[in-house]
Amino acid sequence: MADYDLLVIGSGPGGYVAAIRGAQLGMKTALVEKDSHLGGTCLNVGCIPSKALLHSTEIYHFLHERGDAHGIKVGKLTSDIPALMKRKDGVVDQLRNGVTSLIKARKIDVLKGIGSFQGEGKVNVEGAEGGKTVTATNIIIATGSVPVELPFMKFDGDVIVSSTEGIAFDKIPKKLVVVGGGAIGLELGSVWSRLGSEVTIVEMLPQIAGAVDKDVSKLAERLFKKQGMKFELGAKVTGVVKEGKKSFLTAEKNGKELKFEADKILVAVGRKPTTAGLHADKGGIELDEKGRVKIDSHFRTSAKGVYAIGDVVSGPMLAHKAEEEGVACVELIAGKGGHVNYDVIPNVVYTEPEIASVGIGEDLAKEQDIEVNVGKFPLIANGRAIATDATDGFVKVIADKKTDKLLGVQIIAKGASELIAAAVTHMEYGGSAEDLGRTIHAHPTMAESMKEAGLSVSKTAIHSM
Amino acid sequence: MAVDIKIPALGESITSGIIAAWHVKEGDFVEKDQVIFELETDKITSEGLAESAGKISLKAEEGDEVEIGQVVAVIDDSAAAPAASGKTEEKAEVSKEEAKAEPAPAKTDKATPDETQSPAVRRLAAETGIDPAKVDGSGKGGRVTKGDMLAAGEKPAAAPAPSASTPAAPATAPASDEGRTSRKKLTPLRKKIAERLVAATNEAALLTTFNEVDMSAVMNLRKQHQEKFVERYGVKLGFMSFFVKAVVNALQAVPDLNTQLDGDYVIQNHFYDIGVAVGSDKGLMVPVVRDCDEKNFATIEQDIIGYAKAARSGKIKLEDISGGVFTISNGGIYGSMLSTPLLNMPQTGILGLHNITERAVVINGEIVARPMMYLALSYDHRVVDGKGAVTFLVKVKEAIEDPTKLLFGV
Repeated sequence: MADYDLLVIGSGPGGYVAAIRGAQLGMKTALVEKDSHLGGTCLNVGCIPSKALLHSTEIYHFLHERGDAHGIKVGKLTSDIPALMKRKDGVVDQLRNGVTSLIKARKIDVLKGIGSFQGEGKVNVEGAEGGKTVTATNIIIATGSVPVELPFMKFDGDVIVSSTEGIAFDKIPKKLVVVGGGAIGLELGSVWSRLGSEVTIVEMLPQIAGAVDKDVSKLAERLFKKQGMKFELGAKVTGVVKEGKKSFLTAEKNGKELKFEADKILVAVGRKPTTAGLHADKGGIELDEKGRVKIDSHFRTSAKGVYAIGDVVSGPMLAHKAEEEGVACVELIAGKGGHVNYDVIPNVVYTEPEIASVGIGEDLAKEQDIEVNVGKFPLIANGRAIATDATDGFVKVIADKKTDKLLGVQIIAKGASELIAAAVTHMEYGGSAEDLGRTIHAHPTMAESMKEAGLSVSKTAIHSM
Repeated sequence: MAVDIKIPALGESITSGIIAAWHVKEGDFVEKDQVIFELETDKITSEGLAESAGKISLKAEEGDEVEIGQVVAVIDDSAAAPAASGKTEEKAEVSKEEAKAEPAPAKTDKATPDETQSPAVRRLAAETGIDPAKVDGSGKGGRVTKGDMLAAGEKPAAAPAPSASTPAAPATAPASDEGRTSRKKLTPLRKKIAERLVAATNEAALLTTFNEVDMSAVMNLRKQHQEKFVERYGVKLGFMSFFVKAVVNALQAVPDLNTQLDGDYVIQNHFYDIGVAVGSDKGLMVPVVRDCDEKNFATIEQDIIGYAKAARSGKIKLEDISGGVFTISNGGIYGSMLSTPLLNMPQTGILGLHNITERAVVINGEIVARPMMYLALSYDHRVVDGKGAVTFLVKVKEAIEDPTKLLFGV
């Protein structure tokens, strides 16, 4: 008999959630983790620590920029980077402990070390104290992803760094150049910009914030510029040159050479699946052309009894997507009806204001010839936004022209990450823009702008024309 | 104690009906055997009685489709009868207060829309009258979405209300048409009839075969025996008894027409309950004359007359119209020369009778005038083949042209 019913390799949000669900369903479960702490990228060096930094620096920046206007005098405002980092580490610690105690309470064995396949149903866990081979009836690969390194400017841990270092600089870099205008680049760019760094974001695409609509992306760019960040869009990074003690990032735009002086160069051009050390071939596990583990609709890999979820498989690299897949995968293993609705996975950039989106945008609808009605509501017409001094942004609702079904929602607003949840719920149940517009929202709240945008689809918004 | 009021079993082919009207209000005090609701099925209207006295709480709304055995109301027979005041209004007042005072009365949803539906769906339900419960939901767990309601209404994709201040008028109805047309909602009965007819068209492989029959012999027999027949039985000797008997005779010869299709099975009936269509202001009804193989002409005529009277006064009971194996429909009384009757599902055959007119026919090489009638037999080709259908109709024709054949069963 196998040692375990379920063995999960990787304890990130996908892996540890899968392990807990397995234990709940009565499986004898083990969790393999190569790092000293559970929680994976998200908890240790990703979503969570960056949110801690974003929150602290947002308050700092707000007081700096708007304190006087709000009648708050604090004398000379200064930042204390060690204290800032200490708080961030405290947040991470608290959550690590939380996950550890959940895993313990569910009687899940934690096997420290790198898991690698040794043939069917067999995994060797190579830890600090030597290796050990365990067997399991079901194995889930949840090894996540690592930052992509540019081959012509490898991470050096000092000047050229990834997000892992980007959340832990010991002092404020005077000049920070960020390669990549996606979520990670914009968030960490914001953090250091607020603290006083001169931040330049260099992006290859013509717009920032990924696949949101142009009007959202344009407004974001304008607002971030106002906050002091610089943008160089449509620029292809070519390398790093050193001149004396100084480093410069070089790039090319429309055939012209660009050069940016940098104390730190943060490369945030994406992430790639972690399969190194897995010995996927020994387990008979096929990878696709992008190095992701190949799975079918039930998360099954090409090897019997082996499944994969999260960043290591196809789809958006998001913690909440990995979590849902973890739960669904284990439920399917247990013969239950697990399911992930890939059409309604929200995506958030945690800047100020935040950018949140779900479903398809107006631009994509146009591209795909989907006939839609669009409702837009500006925050400047929202009472709570005015009171909160957060009138930058809008809510946009995209609905099917014929059925009024919500196809997508895009929000650029303070707290957009929380606002999007209502849209996701409506969409999960096949709701229409009218449904959103006819749902009572507390007054005064930013959320009212969701309702108004829903009404605006049928040109019946109350507080805008 | 709470007494459940259920929809009573009304007949074997009846599985559901529609609450046409409530005669009591939520919270009313009802007397035992008081009529509390009217139930409409696709054929008849019947009444529901209170099984005990007490305070009633309604579990279904007017217009709801309800199934046999479904609880449509609960009577709390422990509730005290209100002080006899004679006035119903006061009665209602009293019981309302009682309802308030009670800690947890058998609470039920009043005439409010179903709050589990989305707000847009509820609005459309209120505005269009489309019952979301009858719409196929495409949302999670079969939920009905706004799109489903719009599709059910088969309206143009005018999704949200226009912003213009002018009230939206149906694009197809120009103002000048006012008064030239009027809209009336289908009654539940008419709607059900429509559904059944469409079902027959869609489900069965419908085919009609025709023949003509010389009515001279039957007419002569009627003339010959009418007086004594009326004297003895109190009813007139009509054509219908001849046709019922001829149909029984033909069914015995071609049993395929005495069947019904049930999935992958054919059910063969070994009895001869013949439905005879009669008109009424509520629509066409088909009361069933039972065991026609064992009945004589007089009993059949008496049965039909009885049903016709009951139909006209709306007194036909559900059991009167269920369970027939074959139907005879007489369009001739309205002057129809020829028609193709629609099956009364799940039966597999229906005989259409038409008017009798003198036509020139050739008999023994000579052209003579004879009272002729066209016959039409519609049948479900899935179970009945052409040979059987044609043979059946010829059998009917022969028996009518020479009723002595009925005597000997040949």
